[in-house]
Amino acid sequence: MDEIMIRAKQLNKTFTIKKGKQVTALKALDLTVKKGVLTAIIGPDGAGKTTFMRLVAGLMKPTGGKLTVLGLDSVSGAEEIQTRISYMPQKFGLYEDLTVMENMNLYADLHGVPQDSRPSRFRKLLTMMGLERFTGRLAGKLSGGMKQKLGLACTLVRSPELLLLDEPTVGVDPLSRKELWEIVQQFVREENLSVLVSTAYMNEAALCSHVYVLNKGELLADGTPDALCQIAAGRCFSFPPPQGEPTRVLQAHLIDDTEHIVDAVPRGGKVHFILQEHVTNVPYLDAHGIKAEPVAPTLEDGFMVLLHKAETESLPVSREEEEILDKGGRPGKEVNIIVKNLVRKFGDFTAVANTSFEVHRGEIFGLLGPNGAGKTTTFKMLCGLLPATSGVLSVAGVNLRTARTQARANVGYVAQKFSLYSNMSVMANLEFFGGIYGLPPKRLKERIQDVVSKFYLSDRLDMKAGSLPGGYKQRLSMACALLHEPKILFLDEPTSGIDPLTRRNFWRRITTLAAMGTTIIITTHFMEEAEYCDRFMIQDNGHLLAIGSPAEIRERLHMEGADMDNIFMTIVEQAREKGEEPK
Amino acid sequence: MEGTKLYLQQLAVICRKEILAIWQDKATRLIIVIPCIILGFLFGYAANYNLEDAPYAVVDLSHSRESTDLIAAIDGTRFFRRKVTLQNASQIGKYIDNGDVIMAVTIPEDFAKRLAKGETAPVQVITDGRNTVIAGQAANDISQIISQYNRKRTGRKSPITLETRTWFNPNQITRWFFLPGIIGLLSFSQVFLLSGLSVAREREEGTFEQILVAPVSEKIILVGKAVPPMIVGMIQCTILLLISLFWFQVPFAGSYLDFYTAIFFYVLSSTGFGLCVSSISKNMQQVLVYVIVIMVPMALLSGIITPVSNMPVFLQVLTYADPLRFGLELIRRIYLEGLPLSSLAWNLVPLTLIAAVALSVAGYLFRHNLN
Amino acid sequence: MNGFIRRMKALITKEFLQLSRDSSSLLLGMVLPIALILIIGYGISLDIKNIPTVVVLEDTSPKAQDVVSFLNGSAYFSPTYMTSLKDAEKVFLNRDASVIIDIPSDFTSKLSQGEAKIFVALDGVETATAMTTKGYIESSISSWLLRQPGMAGKSRIAIHSRMWYNDANSSTWFFLPGLIMLIVTIVGIMLTAIVMAREWERGTFESLFVTPVRPMELVLAKIVPYFCVAMVGVFICLILSRFLFEVPLVGSLAMVIIISMLYLMVALGIGLVISAITKNQFLACQTSILISFLPCFVLSGFIFDLRSTPIGVQIVGAVLPFSHYLTCIRSLFLSGTNWGILLKQGGLLCLYAIFFVGAAFGMTRKKVE
Repeated sequence: MDEIMIRAKQLNKTFTIKKGKQVTALKALDLTVKKGVLTAIIGPDGAGKTTFMRLVAGLMKPTGGKLTVLGLDSVSGAEEIQTRISYMPQKFGLYEDLTVMENMNLYADLHGVPQDSRPSRFRKLLTMMGLERFTGRLAGKLSGGMKQKLGLACTLVRSPELLLLDEPTVGVDPLSRKELWEIVQQFVREENLSVLVSTAYMNEAALCSHVYVLNKGELLADGTPDALCQIAAGRCFSFPPPQGEPTRVLQAHLIDDTEHIVDAVPRGGKVHFILQEHVTNVPYLDAHGIKAEPVAPTLEDGFMVLLHKAETESLPVSREEEEILDKGGRPGKEVNIIVKNLVRKFGDFTAVANTSFEVHRGEIFGLLGPNGAGKTTTFKMLCGLLPATSGVLSVAGVNLRTARTQARANVGYVAQKFSLYSNMSVMANLEFFGGIYGLPPKRLKERIQDVVSKFYLSDRLDMKAGSLPGGYKQRLSMACALLHEPKILFLDEPTSGIDPLTRRNFWRRITTLAAMGTTIIITTHFMEEAEYCDRFMIQDNGHLLAIGSPAEIRERLHMEGADMDNIFMTIVEQAREKGEEPK
Repeated sequence: MEGTKLYLQQLAVICRKEILAIWQDKATRLIIVIPCIILGFLFGYAANYNLEDAPYAVVDLSHSRESTDLIAAIDGTRFFRRKVTLQNASQIGKYIDNGDVIMAVTIPEDFAKRLAKGETAPVQVITDGRNTVIAGQAANDISQIISQYNRKRTGRKSPITLETRTWFNPNQITRWFFLPGIIGLLSFSQVFLLSGLSVAREREEGTFEQILVAPVSEKIILVGKAVPPMIVGMIQCTILLLISLFWFQVPFAGSYLDFYTAIFFYVLSSTGFGLCVSSISKNMQQVLVYVIVIMVPMALLSGIITPVSNMPVFLQVLTYADPLRFGLELIRRIYLEGLPLSSLAWNLVPLTLIAAVALSVAGYLFRHNLN
Repeated sequence: MNGFIRRMKALITKEFLQLSRDSSSLLLGMVLPIALILIIGYGISLDIKNIPTVVVLEDTSPKAQDVVSFLNGSAYFSPTYMTSLKDAEKVFLNRDASVIIDIPSDFTSKLSQGEAKIFVALDGVETATAMTTKGYIESSISSWLLRQPGMAGKSRIAIHSRMWYNDANSSTWFFLPGLIMLIVTIVGIMLTAIVMAREWERGTFESLFVTPVRPMELVLAKIVPYFCVAMVGVFICLILSRFLFEVPLVGSLAMVIIISMLYLMVALGIGLVISAITKNQFLACQTSILISFLPCFVLSGFIFDLRSTPIGVQIVGAVLPFSHYLTCIRSLFLSGTNWGILLKQGGLLCLYAIFFVGAAFGMTRKKVE
C-alpha cells in the first residue's frame, strides 16, 4: 500500500477582502500526495498553488473541506505538522545580514539536527548547491539563484517527512535549476523523501511522478506527466522557418490564428504549434506553402490544451498588431547600443570583464547567463544606474549615466522585482510614470488609454498595484515602461515565475514592439525564450562566452535542433572547464 | 520654455504621487493628523511649570486661630490644594517620599505665642527636590502667599514694593513659553521622520531605480520629495497653532505672514535633514536609528526646555546645526513678542544654510549611493 | 525542554549576529546614552546662572546701591549698571539682557516714608527663567529689608524653606534618572518594534514558522538581545551619572536594576505589540514615535510635573507606564529605597509587563493570513 502524505478532500479557501468582497482561492479541491515520490502542482497565476502550500504547512485555515497532512488535521495538528515537514516558501526568508553558514546553522538548530551529523550533511548540501566557496559570505550578497539554492539547503538541513517547495526555481538559471532538481531527486531516491512542488517550468513538472493542473482554484486534470502529454497527442506539429524569416514572426502569425491554433512557440530553431481540435490545416501555412511535420507532444503542450479548454483568458491580439507584423519584423541596420571593452569592478571582484557588443534598431537582444554571471551588472550599466569602471557605453548615442536627463526619455526599464507603487492604484501608477516621463496631459491620456487596452488592464484600474495577481503586475510594469514609447526597452527577467500562457502573451507584445522598431534588451532564465531573440549573448563570471543568433550558435556548436537549455549548458560548462585557471 | 514646463510637470507629478502615497493609506493618514491633535492638547496641558492645585501637606502644631488663618490663606489660592493634615512632623517624610504631596508646611507649637509677642514666627516649608523646577516654584509661591498674608495681618505695607512686569507674558504662564515650542517639536519630529523614510522606503521597494531611469533630474526628484513633507509640516503647524490660539488662548502677537515664512524655512531645513539621512541609509531601520540619534539631542539642545544661552559654549556651537533651535526662536519671537521677521532675519541664515547643505548632499547621494 | 533551549540559543545567536552586523543598533544602545548624558549633564540646566541683568540706578544714593548689592558676586546674576531706562530697554529688546531692575530716582526719599518702589521687567518668553529670577530678586530684597535697622522682629511670619532630596539643588540630578527612562524606552519600544516589523515585512517569518519553533520562542528570542542592549545603555547611564556628575544613589542599586528590568520588559512588550499590529516598518516607526517616544518626554514627569495638570492629563499620564517607572527610579536615586513606592509602582509595572508581553505572545501566531 502506498502511504498517503497529504490528502485534501473538497478543500475550499476563500479570502475576504474589504467590504465583504470574497475571493475564492481554492474550490472543492481533491488532491493526494503519496509517500516517497515527487508530486507537482502547475497552473497559471492565481491558480491557488501558494494558498494550497500554505494550507498544508498549517499557516492558513481552510474555509471548508478537509485537509490531512501526515495523517494529522491541518488545523488542530498544525504545530506537529510544522515540526515534521519542511517548507520552502516562494520567497525564502533568508537573513541577508547573516552568512551562508550562519543561515544554515540557524535552521539546523531550529530543526534539532545533532552537531555530529552536521559536518557531513552540510558538506553534502553545500557541494551540491555549489556554495562551498561562499560559506562566509553574507546571504544578502549572493546572486538570486544562489539565494534560492541556499534557501533549499536551509530547508534540507535535515530529512523531513514531507518537503513542500513553492516555486523553488524562480529566477534560477538553467544550470542551477538542473542541479537543484538533481539534488531533490537524489533526496527522494536516497531518503525516500516525499515532495510536493509547485512550479512554472513544465520541464520540471515532467520530472515528477504525478502532476496536478490547477486553474483559478479548481483542478483541471491530474495524472502522470506522460498521461498529461497525451492530451495534446496528434495535434502537435513543427516546421523550420524559411530562410531569413525571424522565427518569432512566424510564431506570432500562428498564435494570432486562434481559430485554428491553440498554441505556437519557437522551439529548437523551429516553430512548434498545436492545432485546435478537429482542425487539419492552417490557412497561413497553406498560403505560404509551408509544410509542418507532426511531433511528439510535451507536458507543456498538454498544459496549454487544458488551459485552453478551461477557457482561460488568452489575451486577444488586435488587428492593428497583426498588420504591424506584416510590415516589419526584421531589425534595421542602424546601431542603437554600442558597448566596447566594458569593465566593472567591485573592489577586487570583477563583475564584468572586457565586454563588447552592439545592438541594432528593432532588434531583440538577449542577455543570458548563470546567476552571478554579471548580467544584472551589465544591465544596470546600460540603464545608467551604475557607473562603468572603464570602457565605452553608448545607448541611443549617449552614455545614460553622464547624459543630460532628457536622454533617458528614449529608454524604458522594467526591473527584475516588481517595482511599482504597491499602495497606489493601477491608474495612479500609470499617471505617475507617464508624468515623470514628461508626457503632456492630452498625450498622456491617449497613451494610457492605449496601453490599458493593449495590456488588458481596464478591469482593474482602481485596484492597488500591490494586490494585483502576478500576471497583471507584470503587464502593468510593461505598460508603465511603454507609456512614453521608448526607442529602447530594457527588461530584466520579466518572465520570472510566470506561467507559459502569460509568457506567450508577453512575447506576442514584444514581437509587435520590435516590429515597430523598438530595440529590446532582455534577460531571462527561460532559455527557450532566447529563441524569440534575434541575437543573444551568454556571460559567465563576467566574461562574454558566446554571441550570435540562435541559428548561428547552434551551427557553431553543431547542435542543430537542440533545445536552448542544452545549448546554454554546453557553452557554460565548456567555458568553465577551459577557464578554471583565471585569466 | 519647453524645459521649464516639463520640469514643472514632472515636479507636480512627483509631488502628487508622494501626497497620494501618504494620503491613500488610511493608517498613514490617521497617523499624520490624529496624534498631532491629541498630543497638541495633552502636551499643552502637561507642559506647564505653573502650579495649579498642587497637592501639599500641613502639620499644624500650633492649633491656634492664627495658624488656622494661615492655612486658610494657603488653601484660598489656586496654587495649592491641601491633600492631608498631619499630626506630627515625622509623618511628612512618607508623604513627600511617595510623591503624594510636593510640599509640606509645618507650623510650630509656639507660632501663635511668638506672633503675639511681636516676634518673627518661623514656618517650615519642605519641598520635593526630585523635581527641582516644581520645588522652586512651590517655594516662590508659598513665600508670596505668606508675605501677602503678613501684609494683610499687620495692615502694614513693606517699605519696598516690587513692581514686576513680565514682558510678552504678563501673567507668567509657562504654557505660553512651551506651546510655541511644541508646535516646533511636533512638526519637526513628523517632518524629519517622514522625509527620512521617503527615499529609504523607495530604495527598499525598488521603485527608486524606476524613477532614476526616467528622464528626471535629481533636482526635480529632490524638490518633489521635499514638498510633501513640508506640506504635512505646515498643516501640522497650523493645527497646533489653532489649538494654541483657540483652546489655550495664547495670544498671537505677530504677523501671520511672518510666522508662515519662518515656518517655511524651518520646515525646509528639517526636510533637508530628513532627506539627507534618508539617502545615506540602506533601509528604514537605519533611518529610524539615525532619526532618533539626531533628533533627541537636537530637541534637548534647541532651547525648548532651557535657554540656549545657559549652555556651555561648546554645546552652543553645536546648536548652530540644529534647525529646531532657530525654528523655535523664530516661532516664539513672532508668536509671543510679535517681532517682525526683518528683525529676526539672522535666524533664517543658519536655517537656509542647513537646508542648502543637507539638500545638496541628499541630491548627490541619490545617484551615488546605489550599492 | 531540550529542544526549547536549543532553539532559543539558535534564535538568540541569530539576533546577536544581526545586531553585530548592523552597527546602527549599537549606536542606540551605547553612543546615544553617552551623548545624551553629556548633553544633559553639561548643557541642560534649569538652574539659573549668570542671568544678564541690567540695573538702572536712577537713584545713585548708597542706599539704592546697597539694595541691589546682592547682585554683585552672585552666581545667579551678571549685572551691568546703567543710568537711563531707555538704554536699558534697548539692551533688553536686543536680547542682551533678560532682566531690568529699575531703581527710580525717588527711591531713597520714598523708602524713608516706607513707600519705595522697585521696578522689575522680565522676559516672559522664557517664562520658566523669568519666574525663578523673580523669586530670587524678591527674596534677596526682603532679606535686605530684614537687615535694615528697625525692621527685624516685627510680628511677622518668616519662612524657613528646605528642599529635600536635592541638596545641591541641581537639575542634573533631576534629569538623569529620566534619561535612563528615555534610553530604555527608545531601545525597548522603538528598536524592537521596527526590528520585529522588518521580519514580518520581509517574509522571513514564513520560513521560520514551518520549523518546530513555537511563536513564544520567536518573541522571547527578540526580547533577550534587545534586553541586553538596553541594559548596556542603563549601565552606561548609571556609571556616568555616578562618576562624572556625582549624582547620589541614595537607594539600593539592586532595586534600580530590578525596577529598570521590569520597565524594560514593559517597553519590549509594547514594541512587540506595535510590530504585531502594524507588521510594517513605516507604520511601526511612526506609531512608536508618536505613542511612546513623545509622550515619554512630556507626559512622564521627565520635564514637567503632572501633579499640577488637569485631571484628564493626569489620567493619561497614569495610564501610560512611563511615569510609574520614573517615580520609582527618581526616588531610588534621590530619596532612597521607599518600599511603598516600589511595591505600588513596581506592582503596576509588573501588570503592564505581563499584559504587553502576554499580548505580544498572543498576537504572534504562526499564520500568514
